[in-house]
Amino acid sequence: MTWIFENWDRFWEVTGVHLRLSVVPVLIGFVLSIPLGWLASRSATARAILFPLANILFTIPSIALIVITPVLIGVKILDEINVIVPLTIYTIALMVRSVADALSAVPGHVTAAANAMGFRPLRRFLTVDFPLALPVTIAGLRVATVSNISMVSVGALVGLGGYGQLFTEGYQTDNTAKVFAGLIGTVVLAVLADGLLLLLGRVLTPWARAGR
Amino acid sequence: MIEFRAVTKRFEDGTIAVDELDLTVEAGTITVFVGPSGCGKTTSLRMVNRMIDPTSGTILVDGKDVLTVDPPTLRRGIGYVIQQAGLFPHRTVLDNVATVPLLSGWDRRKARTRAAELLEIVGLDPAFGKRYPAQLSGGQQQRVGVARALAADPPVLLMDEPFSAVDPVVREGLQDELLRLQAELDKTIVFVTHDIDEALKLGERVAVFQTGGHLAQYAKPAELLSAPANDFVASFVGRDRGYRTLTFLHADVPVHPVDTAKLGQRVAVTDWTLVVDDQDRPKGWLSGVDGEIEVSDQDLIAGGSLYDGSTLRGALDAALSSPSALGVTVDDNGAVVGVVRADDVIKALAKARAAGEVPK
Ligand SMILES: Nc1ncnc2c1ncn2[C@@H]1O[C@H](COP(=O)(O)OP(=O)(O)OP(=O)(O)O)[C@@H](O)[C@H]1O
Ligand SMILES: [Mg+2]
Repeated sequence: MTWIFENWDRFWEVTGVHLRLSVVPVLIGFVLSIPLGWLASRSATARAILFPLANILFTIPSIALIVITPVLIGVKILDEINVIVPLTIYTIALMVRSVADALSAVPGHVTAAANAMGFRPLRRFLTVDFPLALPVTIAGLRVATVSNISMVSVGALVGLGGYGQLFTEGYQTDNTAKVFAGLIGTVVLAVLADGLLLLLGRVLTPWARAGR
Repeated sequence: MIEFRAVTKRFEDGTIAVDELDLTVEAGTITVFVGPSGCGKTTSLRMVNRMIDPTSGTILVDGKDVLTVDPPTLRRGIGYVIQQAGLFPHRTVLDNVATVPLLSGWDRRKARTRAAELLEIVGLDPAFGKRYPAQLSGGQQQRVGVARALAADPPVLLMDEPFSAVDPVVREGLQDELLRLQAELDKTIVFVTHDIDEALKLGERVAVFQTGGHLAQYAKPAELLSAPANDFVASFVGRDRGYRTLTFLHADVPVHPVDTAKLGQRVAVTDWTLVVDDQDRPKGWLSGVDGEIEVSDQDLIAGGSLYDGSTLRGALDAALSSPSALGVTVDDNGAVVGVVRADDVIKALAKARAAGEVPK
């Protein structure tokens, strides 16, 4: 802990990088998984392709993905894109299923009633299906965010910033306090992000707790 | 007015759900589609608002072929109520009711004002408006479903077993409410049920469907009971249809005077005596006893149903359910008027038949 206070500026800077590297992929992945999840909830063919693909992607170790990304998309090895792209892929792999399950769980009588009242498809999706899918979607988002926050540290292995950098530096200089600082930072960030999403979910879906 | 002209629906798997349906639903009436499970009631209903399109034939709503209208536009002019109410769990009751006005472009305040009005029309406390559907009972949810369907004041209302998921007492209340509403609103209502009693109670005309999507008979309730078109209809309307015919007859039954006594009074009870309270409302019966007694609550034998002077069925039931075989007739305030006898009901029925009031 003392390390953190003695090196406050450094710690703060590392936290900023870590946050950016974990939140940006969550946001991009979340936005992309909505249409993909919708597709999977509508079509058995899409499901048959997307779900196994998501599973396979998820079994690839993050370090492997981070190392081959620059080769595949041709950017410099130190570019932040090398973490953002793999983590986005992980987020999508995780969220497609959440979104698809959440959309499939919207009761048929509710969507039928919406159709019968004259909703057009896009409006129905935005104002009925998606809001009803939010509780399950946000649960998936929490898992994706927390796992991203922990995975960003791996980026340090290819020289990128974030708390992972504190790990590698700490190891190399035999500075346990530095390693602990990185650890504490990761955990606190994960808990805060999780709590924030939980709160956001409660604010956005007050109805989900009605009638209990 | 809704017209089905030679409408057939064959699903992709070959199931014929509706077979050459020809039927006209008159404007401003409640028409009931009734029949066993799988006979095509829901399919017929859903072809009206294009949730399903027919394989062949034409459906006209107020003279216009529904296939020429874009479905969302068509549907905003047709109220639709289903069994599970289908309310939006994530919207308050008020916003649920305001749905169609908002879809049709009303501004939010006007839509909400209208929604609050409708809650009152369907007999719900406007305070319910702030709740979510999960915080209402099944019967209340159904009322909200009806309010939502009525919100944009559509001329046509489609109702698919709207009351079948609630208990019998609540169901009866909702049925009475619908009849009261209809007397005010004068909608063209198609009501689907598999409960023949509900059909006979609500329908001005009833269409009995037979398995395979055939229309077996389309007639007024009294006619279905007295002159079923075939064995299927006869068995579907039930074995006690003769008794149920009485529901549709309002012939006069003579009301006889009855001995009454008040609680605490000393009387000699020689024959069945009706005990009444201070406002002359019936409390129960005393059977004949020797000598004079002081009338107390413990001596009372509970009475049967009361006859309100409306139908022959009510009169007969009052007589049959009474321990004295005398059906108690009351006025609007619940005060005793007299009693009716079962044999008089049978005579009244014979008279009605002779006068041609019972459809053949
Ligand atoms: N989408 C569909 N594909 C194939 N067959 C269908 C489809 N929808 C309904 N059917 C069949 O069409 C027939 C009529 O169905 P429908 O839902 O209209 O019956 P119903 O009279 O409303 O029955 P219930 O009283 O059980 O609601 C049934 O045999 C049913 O299995
Ligand atoms: Mg049905």
